[in-house]
Amino acid sequence: MGLEEKLPSGVLLASVEKLANWARRSSLWPATFGLACCAIEMMTTGAPRYDLSRFGMEVFRASPRQADLMIVAGRVSQKMAPVLRQIYDQMAEPKWVLAMGVCASSGGMFNNYAIVQGVDHIVPVDMYLPGCPPRPEMLIDAILKIHEKIKHEPLGPARARLKAERGEELALPPSSLRYARKKDRKEREAAIPPNEREGKRRSTIPLELLEQ
Amino acid sequence: MGMLDPIKGFGVTFSTMFKKVVTEEYPEVFYPTAPRYHGRHQLNRHPDGLEKCVGCELCAWACPADAIFVEGADNTEEERYSPGERYGKNYQINYLRCIGCGLCIEACPTRSLTMLNFYELADDDRQKLIYTKEDLLAPLLPGMEAPPHPMRLGDDEQDYYVRGPELARQAGQDRQSSEVSAQ
Repeated sequence: MGLEEKLPSGVLLASVEKLANWARRSSLWPATFGLACCAIEMMTTGAPRYDLSRFGMEVFRASPRQADLMIVAGRVSQKMAPVLRQIYDQMAEPKWVLAMGVCASSGGMFNNYAIVQGVDHIVPVDMYLPGCPPRPEMLIDAILKIHEKIKHEPLGPARARLKAERGEELALPPSSLRYARKKDRKEREAAIPPNEREGKRRSTIPLELLEQ
Repeated sequence: MGMLDPIKGFGVTFSTMFKKVVTEEYPEVFYPTAPRYHGRHQLNRHPDGLEKCVGCELCAWACPADAIFVEGADNTEEERYSPGERYGKNYQINYLRCIGCGLCIEACPTRSLTMLNFYELADDDRQKLIYTKEDLLAPLLPGMEAPPHPMRLGDDEQDYYVRGPELARQAGQDRQSSEVSAQ
């Protein structure tokens, strides 16, 4: 896009990348895209009880041009799909999409002709959040995981290639463990199933089953 | 309408500064859910480590969202995963479909499938959100042995179910005494 694609990656651009990613994740403004019951939980997350402004994202933008993150909250009908795509296209780069709830992620229990079976048919999704509807803590957890992804996003193709060569893998442990206070850490760790603590759980589905 | 009314309004704002904050500081401070919260599933084990799942597919039939896939298989004397004839060979729960209604838990005849309070499941990979048997099985506690192995707690599956509560109590006591002796 700009200069960062032509220059070789080095110390200077690595620091610029860190700065840009810090700025991007510290004030990630969500676009309102409440479609169904998940929107109620999304509003709760923005309200004082859970207070999304603690993460610098209190303003749910009604205009897509001022938003960075689209939280698709609820089931997307076939009629709504082009509207969703248009709003996504109107958002300025860089932009991220969070599929909130099972309906947005895969169609959920509405496996029928009226509902799009997952918004990833229409827009690229960065984070899938299961739950019906997910509780506000789950939404905050998903948002913090998106922040973590943004933190490690490469700036330009040169850095992307370098990161791919190193083969670094992003771990997404549960937020209540990652950000736990030191004195609560042991207690939190005991409450979380052992295979979820690292956040590096690999898919264990045999490949021949996926191909069926 | 008095002259001081607008200032009274500011007084309300000002006085909230001295009130207790209602915000739940979620990632730093974890507020536990209700004990019966419908979180992630778990496939339980008998006290000797054999699986409780018998591969009956009742959970898959009960699921309104078609999120569960089960494929049963026969136990043999050489390769035994659960007491009795059948075991769940292949078990998958798709968390992108699961609505956490708990009908599968109600349907399970052996209390094999239960739910934990764990809910932080968000991920950027759809494939990872399809949990398989390895992901869902309960961790091995002290005194348990990873299947396949022969039945340790009785001659047939009747012993496991009829004496179930007694066996569970006994295993708990053994674990406690082993922890005491370890200390």
